Amino acid sequence: MTATGIGASVKRVEDFRFLTGRGRYTDDIERPNQTYAWILRSPHAHALITSIDTKKAAAAPGVVAVFTGADLEAAGVGGLPCGWQVHSKDGAPMAEPPHPPLAQGKVRHVGDQVAVVVAETREQARDAAELIDVGYEALPPVLDMESALAGKSLVHDGAARNLCYDWHIGDKDAADAAFAKAAHVTAIDIVNNRLIPNAMEPRAAIGDYDTATGEYTLYTTSQNPHVIRLLMGAFVLHIPEHKLRVVAPDVGGGFGSKIYHYAEEAIVTWAAGKLRRPVKWTAERSESFVSDCHGRDHVTRAELAMDKDGRFLGLKVSTKANMGAYLSTFAPCVPTYLYATLLAGVYTTPQIYCQVQAIFTNTVPVDAYRGAGRPEATYLLERLVDRAARETGLDQVDIRRRNFIPNDAFPYQTPVALQYDSGDYGATLDQAMGAALVDGFAKRKAEAGKRGKRRGLGYSTYIEACGIAPSAVVGSLGARAGLFESAEVRVHPTGSVTVFTGSHSHGQGHETTFAQLVSGALGIPMENVDIVHGDTGKIAYGMGTYGSRSLAVGGEAIMRALGRITDKAKKIAAHILEASESDIELKDGQFRVAGTDRALGFAEVALAAYVPHKFPHETLEPGLDETAFYDPANFTFPGGCHICEVEIDPETGEVEVVAFTAVDDVGRVINPMIVEGQVHGGVVQGIGQALLESCIYDEDGQLLTGSCMDYTMPRAANVPNFSVGTHTTLCRHNSLGVKGCGEVGAIGSPPAVINAIVDALWDVGVRDISMPATSQKVWQAIQSARAPMAAE
Amino acid sequence: MYDFSYHRAGSVADASSKLKAAEDGKLVAGGMTLIPTLKQRLAQPSDLIDLGGINDLAGIKADGSGVTIGAMTTHGAVATSKDVKSAIPALAHLAGEIGDPQVRHRGTIGGSIANNDPAADYPAACIGLGATIVTSKREIAADEFFKGLFETALADDEIVTAVRFPKPKRAAYMKFPNPASRYALVGVFVAETGNGMRVAVTGAGQNGVFRVKAMEDALGKSFAADAVANISVPDGDLNSDIHASAEYRAHLITVMAKRAVAAAE
Ligand SMILES: Cc1cc2nc3c(=O)[nH]c(=O)nc-3n(C[C@H](O)[C@H](O)[C@H](O)COP(=O)(O)OP(=O)(O)OC[C@H]3O[C@@H](n4cnc5c(N)ncnc54)[C@H](O)[C@@H]3O)c2cc1C
Repeated sequence: MTATGIGASVKRVEDFRFLTGRGRYTDDIERPNQTYAWILRSPHAHALITSIDTKKAAAAPGVVAVFTGADLEAAGVGGLPCGWQVHSKDGAPMAEPPHPPLAQGKVRHVGDQVAVVVAETREQARDAAELIDVGYEALPPVLDMESALAGKSLVHDGAARNLCYDWHIGDKDAADAAFAKAAHVTAIDIVNNRLIPNAMEPRAAIGDYDTATGEYTLYTTSQNPHVIRLLMGAFVLHIPEHKLRVVAPDVGGGFGSKIYHYAEEAIVTWAAGKLRRPVKWTAERSESFVSDCHGRDHVTRAELAMDKDGRFLGLKVSTKANMGAYLSTFAPCVPTYLYATLLAGVYTTPQIYCQVQAIFTNTVPVDAYRGAGRPEATYLLERLVDRAARETGLDQVDIRRRNFIPNDAFPYQTPVALQYDSGDYGATLDQAMGAALVDGFAKRKAEAGKRGKRRGLGYSTYIEACGIAPSAVVGSLGARAGLFESAEVRVHPTGSVTVFTGSHSHGQGHETTFAQLVSGALGIPMENVDIVHGDTGKIAYGMGTYGSRSLAVGGEAIMRALGRITDKAKKIAAHILEASESDIELKDGQFRVAGTDRALGFAEVALAAYVPHKFPHETLEPGLDETAFYDPANFTFPGGCHICEVEIDPETGEVEVVAFTAVDDVGRVINPMIVEGQVHGGVVQGIGQALLESCIYDEDGQLLTGSCMDYTMPRAANVPNFSVGTHTTLCRHNSLGVKGCGEVGAIGSPPAVINAIVDALWDVGVRDISMPATSQKVWQAIQSARAPMAAE
Repeated sequence: MYDFSYHRAGSVADASSKLKAAEDGKLVAGGMTLIPTLKQRLAQPSDLIDLGGINDLAGIKADGSGVTIGAMTTHGAVATSKDVKSAIPALAHLAGEIGDPQVRHRGTIGGSIANNDPAADYPAACIGLGATIVTSKREIAADEFFKGLFETALADDEIVTAVRFPKPKRAAYMKFPNPASRYALVGVFVAETGNGMRVAVTGAGQNGVFRVKAMEDALGKSFAADAVANISVPDGDLNSDIHASAEYRAHLITVMAKRAVAAAE
């Protein structure tokens, strides 16, 4: 290990600019002659638009233009496309209703875009928007999924019963047969609460049009600028790639919510072309709440069949997944291929059957949010396993160990499509139990009891699939895109290096981790390496960052390009040193003829590449610049064990997370400090989901938790000091052996927290508590459990 | 926000006359409540009169009988004031639990009580300690000042200049914060004052801060946590919202009262 190579906790090079206000975010960009857009949004959850009068607004001070859905339709602007097609059980394709960037005839959620005002200042645009007179005829809102299926009121005329699809996976008959021979069946009803992402930086977009070249530029808060270029260019605005550049500069957090192609991006780009002036839009926080895609929102019934020894025989799951009002870019795959395929977990359950109904409602669209499907699978499974242990009298740890996929079973084919390549679940559990000081728990519990508090310990042994994804596999499952990644490594004449990556960093520290890969492979200092991302004008292609794919897919592409660089550099060195290419070795930044002291520094070889005076040009081209596209052979499978210890004040219902241990297997660790930071962030989000975050709509479809005054984001005071560790088994199908760490924290932690609460309150009679376990809910659960006990 | 004219007042008299002269004027103190309201376009004042330039409105004076806190004194200044900490530690503690550091360094006591948010903390201290509100026109007993949700006894052109808190024999404040906003879901201020026991509750009442007579009577007989442990406030007059039902709030009032008494003992 070198000081800055693989395995070194190098400080994040990007942090200086972030922490000193030098970051450059979309809203920091000002284009000459720029105008400002304000989007008029629907105040209704569900209503027909009977009229729109924009005359007064158009005449208001500073107003450049006002556009409505009719204007976009007349201009031939298309709807926002969906990137994944799921088929129902019966083979029918999912219902895929149109999603116009500005509403046409009907609004379908509070916050739906109705019109846009473009003006000289943001305030003028907003003032004018208040003058737009929209006639609405309110319709009954479709809110809860159960009644949505009754189909009395339809979000989309084309989606009968508000059903998007009715999908399944697994062998139902085999699962039924497994249940028929079960000694015990545990059933549980699970709600995975809807979350509102709240990245620190709100979404923003600037459209720009160059009248000289006819080229459009969109600056946007995106996790994947090339994907936006493809979707917006090809489907919405019909602009060919060579005339459309998408730049995603510094982005202040995404967590999934900035993957998708949003209406505002298309609106400002189109308007910029139409008006021949740049158009900027920046969301206010209140707009973010009603226009950024939400996450989760599943309602599930699950049953686990066991033999008399507590071995799992079968699992049956039935889930309703809320899609919201429209299909967001990747929404259909979240509750299917990113969810049900994970239902084996780390267990050898031989038969699994899962059915998923995706349902439209008059709420903000739901799409992937940190973990995307995998937190839902993990939460369900780990709650179910815990419950099964309590019902059968097995210990929480014992039931897991009995059912773990053993180390010699890899590669392990699950009954739900995935094939795990590596893992050591027993060792991860052991390590976590040691770090969590499980042995001392009984003592701590007794001590807390003396203070009138109740302590509980909760486990979660989880697995997830990331490194998304092998294109052939996802293609066969309905993805309308490939999920490879590209990288270009450009060595400059004096030996410094620029890497162009299709991955996008919005908090993950790629500028550091990726530079470490280069520093390690080429033996050059990190300061000589720059990582460039987020600009379709600079980077060949890219699928972006989500699904913990950047290192396992994007990093691997960089490794391939680096391999090509060293191959060629060796050729150049061999030519200059008049040695055979096979005798050249690269070590510590020196190309050396093996066994001699004849050597060239990396910079000397780089310079020779660009001053190719004596090159045999038929066999050796000038330059040192290589591109690679990498398509993974399989998903990667990080996993681990999270152990949560809570202390509950039964008098108020307050839950304090007093200790949280995470031991994760993320494959090879490139930068331990960054991995630790990613796990911290993920666990905080997981604790947020488990204890605090609750998205609430009222019966009219108004969002009651529409600001941070009512929606509880986790704060530093809500979390303990974490104990974070790794236990590594290498991924077997990429050269780095890496698996991914961006989502593990958010995936593994929620069931550990809730299991800990149930553990603390089991003796009181509490059997279940739903997320978020707010103080009121916990207090209520204790009251209800005590009431019948007191009556007995 | 909508356009408005901005004025910086040089004195209380200046602020009063500017307020009178304005068509629909508003005072601005720390701006922590007012500015977000303007940004969300929920208010459209014609004029803003900034009290920030009036030096003698900020500051804390102590004498043997209590503390007088200028209207423009920030929560942060109250929380860290040696005088407040030694005379009425419960008041310094309360100020230190308001919002977050940014809010505490901008928000003022005058703004807080003039606003009379039903979940704000200071109203509990004012009622709990039997404070006197000093204004540009008169002195108002706290019991007469808070009139309901966001309503006070202040006239349209009246300015709070200071709040006078008498020193209690003992006092404590217990707050159960709203998990999202950090305002009080329930806050109970308990004090033994020169004029008897006071128990003031904020965060819970449908009409804002209120006193709990039954608890005051019980504490008059015995100042002990047990004395209030079985006294509950009927939940009929309490708030119910997405954060807490009236029943839960009623329960929390008893628990917080008990804990406040224990802390003050
Ligand atoms: C994130 C956040 C969290 C908060 N948490 C809490 C909390 O936990 N507990 C709590 O109690 N409060 C909380 N607050 C409110 C905070 O305490 C505010 O500072 C306070 O409500 C208003 O004080 P201000 O000085 O900012 O007043 P401003 O916002 O400037 O004014 C508020 C109102 O009072 C009027 N006004 C101001 N000064 C005077 C005066 N001297 N005379 C007459 N009228 C006047 C104004 O015209 C206006 O109508 C929070 C606020 C925020 C933003």
